[in-house]
Amino acid sequence: MANAHSADLKEHVGHHDHAHDHDEHEESFVSKYIFSMDHKMISRQFLITAIIMAVIAMTMSIIFRMQLAWPGEKFAFINAFLGDKWGKDGVLDPNMYLALVTIHGTIMVFFVLTGGLSGTFANLLIPFQVGARDMASGFLNMLSYWFFFLSSVIMLGSLFIEDGPASGGWTIYPPLSALPEAMPGSRLGMTLWLISMTSFIVSSLLGGINYIVTIINLRTKGMKMTRMPLTMWAILITAILGVLSFPVLVSCVVLLICDRSLGTSFYLSDIYIGGRPLDNVGGSPVLFEHLFWFLGHPEVYIVLLPALGITSEIISTNSRKPIFGYRAMIGSMLAIGFLSFIVWGHHMYLTGMNPFLGSVFVFTTLLIAIPSAVKAFNYITTLWKGNIQYTPAMLFSIGLVSSFITGGVTGIILADSTLDINVHDTYFVVAHFHIVMGLSAIFGMFAGVYHWFPKMFLRMMNKKLGYLHFWLTFICAYGVFFPMHFLGLAGVPRRYYTNSAFPMFDNLVDINEIVTVFAIIAALAQFIFIFNFFYSMFRGEKSPQNPWNSNTLEWTTPMANIHGNWPGSLPVVHRWAYDYSKPGAEHDFIPQTVPLADGEHDGGGH
Amino acid sequence: MKLLILIGLVLLIIAAHQLMRVVELSRQFKKGNEWSVSDSDNSFNGKAMLVFGFIFIISLFWQGNRWNDNALPGAASEHGLKIDTLWDYNMYLVVLVFVVTNAFLFYFAYKYKGKQGVKATFFAHDNRLEMLWTVVPAVVLAFIIIFGLKYWNDITSRSEDPNKVTIELYAKQFDWTARYAGKDKTLGSTDYRQIDGGNDVGLDTLDATGYDDIIVKNEFHIPVGKEVEFKMRSRDVIHSAYMPHFRAQMNCVPGMITSFKFIPNKTTAEMRKDPYVIQLMAGINEARAKKGEEPVEFDYQLLCNKICGASHYNMGMIIIVESEKDYNDWLAKQKAVKTIAAK
Repeated sequence: MANAHSADLKEHVGHHDHAHDHDEHEESFVSKYIFSMDHKMISRQFLITAIIMAVIAMTMSIIFRMQLAWPGEKFAFINAFLGDKWGKDGVLDPNMYLALVTIHGTIMVFFVLTGGLSGTFANLLIPFQVGARDMASGFLNMLSYWFFFLSSVIMLGSLFIEDGPASGGWTIYPPLSALPEAMPGSRLGMTLWLISMTSFIVSSLLGGINYIVTIINLRTKGMKMTRMPLTMWAILITAILGVLSFPVLVSCVVLLICDRSLGTSFYLSDIYIGGRPLDNVGGSPVLFEHLFWFLGHPEVYIVLLPALGITSEIISTNSRKPIFGYRAMIGSMLAIGFLSFIVWGHHMYLTGMNPFLGSVFVFTTLLIAIPSAVKAFNYITTLWKGNIQYTPAMLFSIGLVSSFITGGVTGIILADSTLDINVHDTYFVVAHFHIVMGLSAIFGMFAGVYHWFPKMFLRMMNKKLGYLHFWLTFICAYGVFFPMHFLGLAGVPRRYYTNSAFPMFDNLVDINEIVTVFAIIAALAQFIFIFNFFYSMFRGEKSPQNPWNSNTLEWTTPMANIHGNWPGSLPVVHRWAYDYSKPGAEHDFIPQTVPLADGEHDGGGH
Repeated sequence: MKLLILIGLVLLIIAAHQLMRVVELSRQFKKGNEWSVSDSDNSFNGKAMLVFGFIFIISLFWQGNRWNDNALPGAASEHGLKIDTLWDYNMYLVVLVFVVTNAFLFYFAYKYKGKQGVKATFFAHDNRLEMLWTVVPAVVLAFIIIFGLKYWNDITSRSEDPNKVTIELYAKQFDWTARYAGKDKTLGSTDYRQIDGGNDVGLDTLDATGYDDIIVKNEFHIPVGKEVEFKMRSRDVIHSAYMPHFRAQMNCVPGMITSFKFIPNKTTAEMRKDPYVIQLMAGINEARAKKGEEPVEFDYQLLCNKICGASHYNMGMIIIVESEKDYNDWLAKQKAVKTIAAK
């Protein structure tokens, strides 16, 4: 299969139009829809898997939000989902509460915003935007999806076992996650979590290496690095971060598996649990935290950078203006990528780590605010004097800029170890990272889906439903996460099953209710998107060649799913991707394939 | 009942299907209308952006006004007062940046909403502007870092006070134990292998310095105006000793002894007379009355702030701050562990 495929590719290079007709006859259902090596199909597989995972994780969040707003109330809804064991009489079980919080976090961070976001858009856009027939290795690409699928299945499978899924929080700090006596979720559920994550990491590495190689090696003629769309830069930097940091998570996970199963003591020492002292001596949970956050912090940018790349492209296209400060945007992404490796300790100020080491991390962490500020201001300047076309994708992109700022500024507070003391692990943190990472990344993902849907399914999504989806989501998202800051200021810790155990939180009931009501509306609003998505996939209006009047190469390929993307020879690139509304040009966009006119400068010069 | 729901669902699906057919038929007359953006779409969304931006920023102040009364009272420790000051300055800055940048964002989103025939301004970069928003944040951040680290170093420095009170906070699933050093001012050493029903915190029975230690549960007392140094330990998993009123927090990690020190500056009695605390407690008791629960008085609280299992949400201890004399009287009434150790 692999050979046939690469033969196709070779045949395509510099060859005839009708070559692709010939291919399509050969494809069986299995090779076209299931074990496909075509980047477009793989991207669709990633996206649809991620949507399913996201709906599951979102439903979990509604269940635990209902418990938080109305603790002890009986809901048939909860009983229907969790049964008599975990939701007896419709009241959520405390262990299941922790499990839901854990799996919600795991799915959202890894399966939706890492696998789903990078997997979908890196696969779809890299060959399209750099002008390649397909990814460097279609086979590795296929494996990447199927490892992702396997890990999703294992993770979901862990929901149905007797002791329940992993429930030590998505950061799975040992000893809680290492000792089966500590909680039911640290038994088989934790083992499955670790196996699932290992498979996920394999998927992520196979994908990441492929993305890097393709971007470096398979750019078409004229596609210099400094002419690449910012989506490509973002995905390249993301892939490098992933390749460098995910292996550390593997080692972290493997040591934990050893501690759990082989009696080693990497993370365990001086523990008395289940009525007996354990033999483990000399390990330290702090080691785990270092290893975990060495991945964990770059992970934040693995989630965020692709969304920022997508938004850069969409904001520029729909403002009908070049992105402001193209090179500064690249520079700031590189700076963010580099710095993300030396800030992990800001998750650990209060773990007993040496306070001096904490000071170093305060310094490096606050440095990240500089490139982030540059990016935010550049987006705003791109809007200035634009001619903004409000596609649903553009609305979500502006939403992203807003949430990136709103969540980003509280990062300045949390990065400051002195101020972190009193809000660490409270709802202030929950608000911060949900807004800056969760909302920004998911808005970027929605923007990407609305924008590139025609390239995925050759049809258009309905704009009115898109508008409705955006406004409901945007308003409710802030309605959910903004009030959480005030819970943090009242000192409410995260991951509390209920806030009614201590009188000091009794006056916060109304905040919790408001948050939950907004969460329920937001969750229902997502069904508008899901309907629009699947309906448009089959019944949407057929897409024209270049619906958004965009410059990038993907809009020069025919609106048909063909192997090799371009029926004839590969396009040649003559300019950067951002010649929108260039003075003297006939249209307000000049595709990258149009040669430079006499005396015309490339890259934003007049 | 189930039949009714089923019939309802079927009808709903039929209705949706018919609706789709109407939409699809009407599509033939208005090509491109389902996705291409018209001037009226731009106008609607542009205006909606402005309205949203306005309401969003107003709502920040509305929420602040409404819910700041629920926030923790002013710090009850000396370093905590400094943290509060630093917090306020940082917060002013952060709110300013939030308001200004969001205002620009939503205003531009409204002002430059698209119109047919208008051409955008080709403005690709400007070194002066980019320099401006690189240098200004850098300078501001330099100040934030300098002040933050100055306080951080003070707060986390080693305790030098010879008259300090040393207390061990011992965490386990799912409660806290406090241990005082006793007359010899030395906490007895521990050995987790010696934990049993009578030796809850794992005192080393061979170490005589532990015999006069005092162990308390449910609540512990500390003297006002004196440095209190906490030593944290954990028996099983990671916990975190969070004392929000004092702006104090430190993880309790098995296999390690961590520490945090502070000087409490307000007794529990003084806090109960504080006007802010009185209105805070009024709000709390009002909410409790609605639930049919007894009113409570203000108390300092120790909480667990690191996920530790099913009863994580319920793992607390009350802290009483009182005058040094009252504290000494209370301590004198507590029994030393001698009896356990002699066993």
